[in-house]
Amino acid sequence: MQAAHPPSTAGAWLYRHPKALLVLFLLPPLLWLGVVYLGSLFALLAQSFFSIDEFSGTINRELTLKTYRELFSAANLDVILRTVLMAATVTVAAAIIAFPIAWFAARYARGWLRALFYIGIMLPLWSSYLVRVYAWKLILAKEGILNWVLAKLHLTWLLEALLSTPVLGGASLSVSYFGTFLVFTYIWLPFMILPIQASLERIPASVLEASGDLGAHPGHTLRHVVLPLALPGVVAGSIFTFSLTLGDYIIPGIIGSSRPFIGEVVNLHQGTAGNIPMAAAFSVVPVVVMFIYLALARRAGAFNAL
Amino acid sequence: MFDHVSLRFGDVAAVDNVSLEIADGEFFSLLGPSGSGKTTSLRLIAGFEQPDAGEILLHGVPASGLPPYQRDVNTVFQDYALFPHMSVRDNVAYSLMIRKVPRAERRRRAEEMLDRVRLGGMADRRPAALSGGQRQRVSLARALINQPRILLLDEPLGALDLKLREQMQEELKGLQQDLGITFIYVTHDQQEALTMSDRIAVFDHGRLQQVGAPREIYDHPANAFVANFVGVSNLLDAATSHTLFGIDGATAVRPESIRIEAPARDDAVRIETVVESIVFQGQNSRLVLACDGARLSALFDHNADRETASPETGKPLAVWILREDVHRLGEGG
Repeated sequence: MQAAHPPSTAGAWLYRHPKALLVLFLLPPLLWLGVVYLGSLFALLAQSFFSIDEFSGTINRELTLKTYRELFSAANLDVILRTVLMAATVTVAAAIIAFPIAWFAARYARGWLRALFYIGIMLPLWSSYLVRVYAWKLILAKEGILNWVLAKLHLTWLLEALLSTPVLGGASLSVSYFGTFLVFTYIWLPFMILPIQASLERIPASVLEASGDLGAHPGHTLRHVVLPLALPGVVAGSIFTFSLTLGDYIIPGIIGSSRPFIGEVVNLHQGTAGNIPMAAAFSVVPVVVMFIYLALARRAGAFNAL
Repeated sequence: MFDHVSLRFGDVAAVDNVSLEIADGEFFSLLGPSGSGKTTSLRLIAGFEQPDAGEILLHGVPASGLPPYQRDVNTVFQDYALFPHMSVRDNVAYSLMIRKVPRAERRRRAEEMLDRVRLGGMADRRPAALSGGQRQRVSLARALINQPRILLLDEPLGALDLKLREQMQEELKGLQQDLGITFIYVTHDQQEALTMSDRIAVFDHGRLQQVGAPREIYDHPANAFVANFVGVSNLLDAATSHTLFGIDGATAVRPESIRIEAPARDDAVRIETVVESIVFQGQNSRLVLACDGARLSALFDHNADRETASPETGKPLAVWILREDVHRLGEGG
């Protein structure tokens, strides 16, 4: 006869109490997420309900909506609108460029071609973001390589026509909205390609064949089957591109017109001006915009295929 | 319909010079082991693959170059291939939506079709909320709503359990007779092919081995492959055939044709054997009998044969085979 009691080691105890094991594993990351991550976010939110004393420049720790009233001044609304528009344009452009690439990678690339694809997508992410942004500054500058190539192709007139667009244009691409847009789209593209590719990969080939078999030509199949099934991936990608553009302060600082974006304004209030409440209020904007965006996406049925 | 059709994938001939004709309204099965070319043949008819050589004629019209969406055939896929983001109703009505049939009519016809496959009331569900058998029916309804002249079925019952499979076999056969359209049915299950088909084409290594009615294929297999793939057969080489039956060339004998009891006819061949092993299988036991260097597989029926003999391992046993149960085999396979 074996002993009636199982060995009383810690391992055996955990085996008999799987929930305890789960809690043990989850506790550290949950603490990190809950206290450090969400905690600091709520601290930020709280800061935005303080105000700054205009004479002394000290923070008045009384709850008030004064900062938010200032946030909605015409100049600040301008900044918010500019940033949201940029983020939206970048997201749409990234999705349009990413989709065919992701389609190719998911459905056609095999073996070494597939490996090459992944390296091609990831390689830019392995080098410094700052280096790449400055490289673009050189590419887009008036004396840069892009201008040189266009001149050789006798297409300078095209660039000049583009740059003469009011507001969006400028002296050169590197100091115009077009330049900011180009660089944003380039930098965030991998974050759009990868989720779309993952969602396309999950569509079984037989589902596409079934669509054709039932009389749908490829355009119909794209519209009624592929796009709806890829939508969760597009939304996941757009969360990245949208929120990353909303919060970025480096790219518009280096490339583009001098008109500020949300990130730059936060940096300014936080660092130079010492207006922490206003910086906090500005930081809340992207969070709110993202919530609205997700609610709209959900409403449009973007997550139905999940 | 198939005129010398071939399709190669790299070095492998998936379908190798196959010619066959399928009649209108026929339940026609393509039977073979995996990799035998049966599914590829089906995909050639559907238009998912294009032949390297030869021509496929659909109702007399060459189909080469026609994409799937321009062919009057519909397919029931092995994995059902339902659209996961659509309700059952929208899945079934998909081809109607593509053809811009008005919404109300789409709805009515889809629900009619769902009733027909006994899925009434499931129209608003998502495919994920259905069982395997129910998904199978949705897939069937979706393929049939267009009233195609030919329905292609790619191992449609492969993923179902035995009970459900037998029930669906009956339903499919009934549906086919009801609608009077051609069913081309791919399966690796010989029992299924024998039960349901009007005619069967047996495939191996991309080649057509034999075409015929189930009875014909079972009783007169054209070659060793067919004899062994459709049912079980004792394959006897030329030398053994000669000594036992005086026949020149290889032959096949079904286990159930080996009689333990002496038949009341004098043209039966009597063979002295030794019982090598006995495996109990319920109603029957499978016997392995040794004789003259050959091994025979035979069945011992516990009810019918009980009176006459009781085989024991290692003991001699006399068996009889009728000459008409010995089948000469052709080349190939």
